[in-house]
Amino acid sequence: MSDVALPAAAVRRASPGWLLLRRLVRRRLVLISLVILLAAIVVAVAAPWIAPYSPRKMDIAHRLWPPSWAHWFGTDEFGRDELSRCIYGARLSLSVGSLVVLVSLACGTLLGVVSGYVRRLDGVLMRVTDALMAFPDILLAIALMAALGASLTDVVIALGTVYTPRVARVARGATLVLRELQFIEAAEALGASGRRVIGVHLLPNLLSPLLVQGTFVFAFSILTEAALSFLGAGVPPTSPSWGNMIAGAQEYMQGAAWLILAPGLCIVFTVLSLQMVGDGLRDALDPRLRRLT
Amino acid sequence: MTHYLLRRLAGMIVVMFLVATIVFVISHVIPGDPAAVMLGPAATAADIAALRARLGLDAPLSVQYVEFLHSVLRLRLGESIFLGRSVTEALAERAPLTLQLTVLAAGLAVLIGVPVGVLSAVKRGSLLDQAVTAISMAAASLPSFWIGLTLIEYFAVHWHLLPVAGYGPPGAGFVVHLTYLIMPAIALGIPSSALIVRFTRTSMLDVLQEDYVRTARAKGLAPRTVIFKHAFRNARTSVLTVVGLTVAGLLGGAIVTETVFALPGVGNLVVSAVLRRDYPVIQGALLVISGVYVLINLGIDLLYAVLDPRVRY
Repeated sequence: MSDVALPAAAVRRASPGWLLLRRLVRRRLVLISLVILLAAIVVAVAAPWIAPYSPRKMDIAHRLWPPSWAHWFGTDEFGRDELSRCIYGARLSLSVGSLVVLVSLACGTLLGVVSGYVRRLDGVLMRVTDALMAFPDILLAIALMAALGASLTDVVIALGTVYTPRVARVARGATLVLRELQFIEAAEALGASGRRVIGVHLLPNLLSPLLVQGTFVFAFSILTEAALSFLGAGVPPTSPSWGNMIAGAQEYMQGAAWLILAPGLCIVFTVLSLQMVGDGLRDALDPRLRRLT
Repeated sequence: MTHYLLRRLAGMIVVMFLVATIVFVISHVIPGDPAAVMLGPAATAADIAALRARLGLDAPLSVQYVEFLHSVLRLRLGESIFLGRSVTEALAERAPLTLQLTVLAAGLAVLIGVPVGVLSAVKRGSLLDQAVTAISMAAASLPSFWIGLTLIEYFAVHWHLLPVAGYGPPGAGFVVHLTYLIMPAIALGIPSSALIVRFTRTSMLDVLQEDYVRTARAKGLAPRTVIFKHAFRNARTSVLTVVGLTVAGLLGGAIVTETVFALPGVGNLVVSAVLRRDYPVIQGALLVISGVYVLINLGIDLLYAVLDPRVRY
């Protein structure tokens, strides 16, 4: 077999993650989306160093200024720099998105796998997810916000509750397919405990569908968070969020369209990139579409 | 069929029971005293205690839960704290507007989404297809409130083509009210139509690859006949699925859209109730909207049998 030996470097490079990335960036739009997302993350993390002004510094003398060299995105009704507020808004939106993904993936995977693997619990757990999914996303989210409060943690709990059932559905579906396969049967025949079958054999195989679903949950939670903030049921208006910036700009829309345009475009570009990456991931992970040599 | 219907109805009752339980949990079990929240920070302990007694919040949770389920069964949704009237009345008064808005938006979404999706699938890979795919992806990423504000900015403020917001004077004719609903319906319908485009395209592409479509083409049938009579009829069921899904999104989206356009519908009622912590109204709206959603889903499942003769229950 020595005639097919690959150079060491090639073997190292062919790790699954690397293969996936290579397959992913082959599509130009997905590559651009990944770059946009990466840029958004860098901006969010480095906000205090990148933002030209403090997002809270008011300057009434310069209120509602159109975009200029000093203020690229103009200033708002209190003379605050719109660009700096968009940058800090990225911080909030991306934190909410990533935390919601973590919460809903953790809870949803647990619920879904248990539901798919332990048949006795399936009926009960799935009816509960049905019931949770009978509320429109935004309605359940604002109702939970009314009961919880208005902090970042509350937003994450509310949106996590909204999106957990969706993840659970995906995890359950994939588990139901996997549990019929022979390698699971083999593991069970060898005497592996339920916990071991789930942890060692099921979970690694759920990674692909969950990764795709996680990307979409990220996108949806940014949209829903923006809607919550817009309705006044999100984080308090003192912390700039893309949604509450648009809500605050409503009154000044006529003379200051940039106040709506800038945060709106931030939302659109982030969500669009996430959806593109999600679609790209789905195609890259789909064995039927595998064309990599 | 009857057997299936009975089973579905039983399942629906279970889900609605769980929905009611979730609503109860949201408003009663989550930490925080509704009475204190409603009265604000200036309230005295005596005021809070009095309101707790009025709302029945001083009873044990189990008693409150049974009481709650009992009143839901009798369709008594309680009294609004701020409106000074029953929640059922307030909801019934505002429901027709929300219904009109959702139906208009759904109609728009289907009328745009299905033909464009079919066209895009038929012209697969063309410039048109690529443009449709890109636009529909972007449209699905637009927050509906942002679309709404942009529409107001141009169609109402700049070009004076349509009224800015509101629902017109009460008693105005249907046509007048309709002009107030055009922009909200567009704002609400666009993201859904994008979803329908993408779904229709995918399911049409699947069907177009089937052997029987090739046979139909080989027989020399007109392309239009092949597409509509042969291919689309089979894509219909999966299109129906996504239409059902989007209706749920529309019910939620209406909450946001009604706020943007100051339309006095159920959504507007919910948002003001949330901002004022008017728990009975929030509870009632949650129950009614999710009930409608569950019914729509049942309706869609039954429609499958009508549209697809292979489906037997």
